[in-house]
Amino acid sequence: MAASALTSAVERVRERFQDAVTEVIEFRGDTTVVVAPARLRDICRFLRDHEPVPFNFLSDVCGADFPDREKRFEVTYTLYSISARQRLRLKVRLAAADPPLPSLVSVWPTANWHEREVFDLFGVRFDGHPDLRRILMPEDWDGHPLRKDYPIMGYGQREWYDRQRRAQGAS
Amino acid sequence: MGKVTQDEWDKRFTRVVPGSDLFLLAKLDEVVRWARKSSLWPMSFGLACCAIEMMATGASRFDLARFGAEVFRPSPRQADLLVVSGRLAWKMSPVMLRLYDQMAEPKYVISMGACASSGGVFSNYSIVQGVDQLLPVHMYVPGCPPRPEMLLDAIMKLQQRIEKGEI
Repeated sequence: MAASALTSAVERVRERFQDAVTEVIEFRGDTTVVVAPARLRDICRFLRDHEPVPFNFLSDVCGADFPDREKRFEVTYTLYSISARQRLRLKVRLAAADPPLPSLVSVWPTANWHEREVFDLFGVRFDGHPDLRRILMPEDWDGHPLRKDYPIMGYGQREWYDRQRRAQGAS
Repeated sequence: MGKVTQDEWDKRFTRVVPGSDLFLLAKLDEVVRWARKSSLWPMSFGLACCAIEMMATGASRFDLARFGAEVFRPSPRQADLLVVSGRLAWKMSPVMLRLYDQMAEPKYVISMGACASSGGVFSNYSIVQGVDQLLPVHMYVPGCPPRPEMLLDAIMKLQQRIEKGEI
């Protein structure tokens, strides 16, 4: 059970989802597969149930913003196969105006809070998510702070917020 | 009745109340202020790394008990000193205001460290740039984090101000 098993898993994904796999990157022993958003859920379900390397653990979902690119957002899924001890990274690229990404909560329930975090901080929406609310920022927050065009001090609406509320008698 | 000497006065007084030569006379508000400053009750409320120093201040090495303020209360109803120990996130601020409102009067606030006093290195959207935007602060402690001696000094200076009736 070595890297060859991982390579064959990637090959099978490439065969099965030819139109969806846009790029396979090998860098210093890490394998990254860039896939099209439309088939993301199918690919993930395939990888989760794939033998002999079932990627049964979604260890992380993170977002990134590259404002110079046409498809500025990149969402990265880090998969781990507990039984085979293999890691695989999936990447999806999308523009701000693109339709929402398919949610992976139905594949790995742990995606729930990870996707909420990406939504909260980048404004990437997930289709089929059971409860897509902010998770880190206050619920009435304006904007998505990890976008590169977000001002460091925010939009300023917070500066006098609590003092005003207190002046109005709220605790 | 002629002039009463001190001895006679003492005899007369001690005859009425035995042991009354131990009495101390003072103005009531001075006694109250002395009582207040001598038993500050800090709230167990830690926000960040300054809270570690605050815990050290309360522990045996620095021994806040020497100044009558070692009992950190987990309930705001039983506390009258709020040490804002660390950076305050906007999301945390309603919680802190609620706790402050629940504390017993008269209550005092120490803004501990650079972050609580001014936002410190966290000059960004998520951190309150100085808790004095939200609360009346009686004492600011500089440092990142301040050493326990500095927090002790702040508490002693706060006690002096309470004793003088400034706050």
